Amino acid sequence: MAIAKPSENYWEEKVETSEKVWISVSILACLFMFSVMVVWAIVGRQNPPQEAYRIKTSEFQKRVEAFINKYKIGEENGIPIVEAPSKVDLYMMGRMFQWTPILVLKKGETYRIRLSSIDVNHGFSILPVNINFQAVPQYEYVLTIKPTQSGEFLIVCNEFCGLGHHKMVGKIIVK
Amino acid sequence: MKEKVPLIQMLYDDIFLMFLLGITVPALTYTIWGLIEVASKQISP
Amino acid sequence: MQEVRVCPVTGLKVQKHAENLIKINAIMAVISLLIGGIGALLLALTRWEAIHLLPADLYYRFLTIHGMNMLVFWMVFFECAGLVFASTIVLNARQVAPQYGYLAFSLMLLGWLMVNYIVFTGNFSESSVMFTAYVPLRAHPLFYLGYILFAVGALIFCILFFLNVYNARREKTFDGPVPLFTYGIAAAAVIAVFTLIHGALAFIPVFLWSLDIVKEINPAVYRLIFWGFGHPAQQINLAAMVSVWYLLSYFTVGGITPSEKVSRTAFLLYVLFINAGSAHHLLVDPAYGTSWKIFNTSYVIYLAVLASLIHCFAIPASIEIGQRNKGFNNGLFTWLIKAPWNNPAFAALFISLVIFGFIGGTSGVIMGIEQINMKLHNTLAVPGHFHGTVAAGTSLAFMGLAYYVVPLIFRREWLSRFFAIIQPYLFGIGIAIMAISMNTLGRMGIPRRTWETTFLNVPHKDLLEMFLGIGAIIAFTGLIIFVLHIVLTLLFGKKINGDNKPEFPLITESATSKTATPGTIVLAFIFLLYLIVMFIFNWYLLSRAWEVR
Repeated sequence: MAIAKPSENYWEEKVETSEKVWISVSILACLFMFSVMVVWAIVGRQNPPQEAYRIKTSEFQKRVEAFINKYKIGEENGIPIVEAPSKVDLYMMGRMFQWTPILVLKKGETYRIRLSSIDVNHGFSILPVNINFQAVPQYEYVLTIKPTQSGEFLIVCNEFCGLGHHKMVGKIIVK
Repeated sequence: MKEKVPLIQMLYDDIFLMFLLGITVPALTYTIWGLIEVASKQISP
Repeated sequence: MQEVRVCPVTGLKVQKHAENLIKINAIMAVISLLIGGIGALLLALTRWEAIHLLPADLYYRFLTIHGMNMLVFWMVFFECAGLVFASTIVLNARQVAPQYGYLAFSLMLLGWLMVNYIVFTGNFSESSVMFTAYVPLRAHPLFYLGYILFAVGALIFCILFFLNVYNARREKTFDGPVPLFTYGIAAAAVIAVFTLIHGALAFIPVFLWSLDIVKEINPAVYRLIFWGFGHPAQQINLAAMVSVWYLLSYFTVGGITPSEKVSRTAFLLYVLFINAGSAHHLLVDPAYGTSWKIFNTSYVIYLAVLASLIHCFAIPASIEIGQRNKGFNNGLFTWLIKAPWNNPAFAALFISLVIFGFIGGTSGVIMGIEQINMKLHNTLAVPGHFHGTVAAGTSLAFMGLAYYVVPLIFRREWLSRFFAIIQPYLFGIGIAIMAISMNTLGRMGIPRRTWETTFLNVPHKDLLEMFLGIGAIIAFTGLIIFVLHIVLTLLFGKKINGDNKPEFPLITESATSKTATPGTIVLAFIFLLYLIVMFIFNWYLLSRAWEVR
């Protein structure tokens, strides 16, 4: 009874068998879903990274520029193209409205990419792989990532960042 | 004659207990723990 | 001396102040729905890139207008009407300290004016920050002040709810446990207080920052606190919607829940564990650790999802019980086939239940899985999910309730039986088509909140965008029929005096025996099977992505 009164001792009312069965099955389903998430976090190959640091935006920008200067191999439309060995940390900077640099990676190798923004929130979205991370200013997110496909990929910003948001498209090249 | 209401039903019917738990439990698991997480981030080496 | 009338249909006492407060909130809700709805059509016809109606700056501005008017104003004004209703009329009680109710409404109205003024007329950067307004994006101070005033007004209505219930107990206008509907609304009110406290914690410092009084706001802290407001705001909607479902089941078919104990337990699980799920907005953010993410995004080991699964059974079961009690007792589904589908309140109830469950609920549980979120964060799958829940779920359920509110509270006869009957179908089906298109495009990587996506070509993109647009047009038709119908009925509808029965029958005597519910068992297991299939499919999609940790 939604508006009328329930019985005074509703607690004593028997629960019908079919509802009991449904509840039991639902509990099992919930436990199953939870355990998949936990197990995947331990043995799965795709997990949101946990390594992150606080960093001043000016400091991050300095490090990005140093990284670009050291490993730059070219330029496209004013954005530096950078190729670095997987044993060093790579950088990816989002700003209104571009991603810098264009990284050149090797398929099957594992890289540490240090991601941040130097102004507002940006969304780091590698397409068409489709994998997404949030670039938050003042926080450096270290993505330990292994490209499993080769080709040219887009980096699309998918967090609204201003009028030029839809123009904020970068590139990642995997050899 | 009115039967005695079981204790657990009395707890269920206590809207103010619901209020207290409903504010404090998620404030602890989401907000306070979340703030501790943010505060524990180290400066980039 | 408070004026009180006795409702000729339900026999409940209706105090004048309670009735007034319900009416003014309901009216502002519908006005906000209209503004948000017009915005919705313009946005959809822009995402349909063959049409690409709005230029970029207006698209982003209307995203903010649409988000604020739908998620904040339409929903919360309607819910404040519901808070008053559930704690007064339903309990045969009066509104405590009505002057605070009128004060609360005035604050909400002022906030509404401020926000709408600035998002319509402000310059681009000070107005177009989205409902989320992520710092360091910086809006005009009026935006934040309006948000704050609106939230304070709503908080006062929450406090008045609890005072009303306390007072009704004290004045013994009812005895024993509160009815299930009020219990569910109480859960919604508790979640609302959690929501609004976080809103204050988020917006007051940011307001001061927009005035240069506070120097800096930490963006990660803002995101955490904002989502302590933003998602629980949706969980208020969830608890309110579920309560309205029970109510509509009662009104349309005399339905009663198979077990009060189980349904109330489910509401308690919501109260304790559903707000933790806000973490699902932050799963691919740098500033929070994995244990916090997994513990919270699972709604604490899926306990709040268990609550939804309970209601998923109990609500169709309540309909089945009501129908079997009325004689539709043969076979597995006669009770459903012979249900009052030409009662718009029933149609709204059942359509919103199905779409919320299959499209909204499953996509939400899946998207909130810590790892799978990497594939879906900020894609079009996000609005695909939440239009399934907030639009085709909560909004449609509220529209269903309106078909009783107008004759019983506003006491007008609906002008058109035809338009009332088709409206829920148009709105529900339209949103469903749109949401499915969005979920599909999103899974292929198409971003949300983005004016143009010509940089990315995915399979069947043009076709899917067309369905998105067509779905939105159909839904908009349903929405505009609803708004026009209410407005014209309130202005020109025949006044109901004395004993005229409402156009759409309202049952006031519930079923008497709790029958078995075999039809519901079948439907519930079909749903669970669908959830498991979607679950496995989405994990498979994740396993094909690049490796990352």
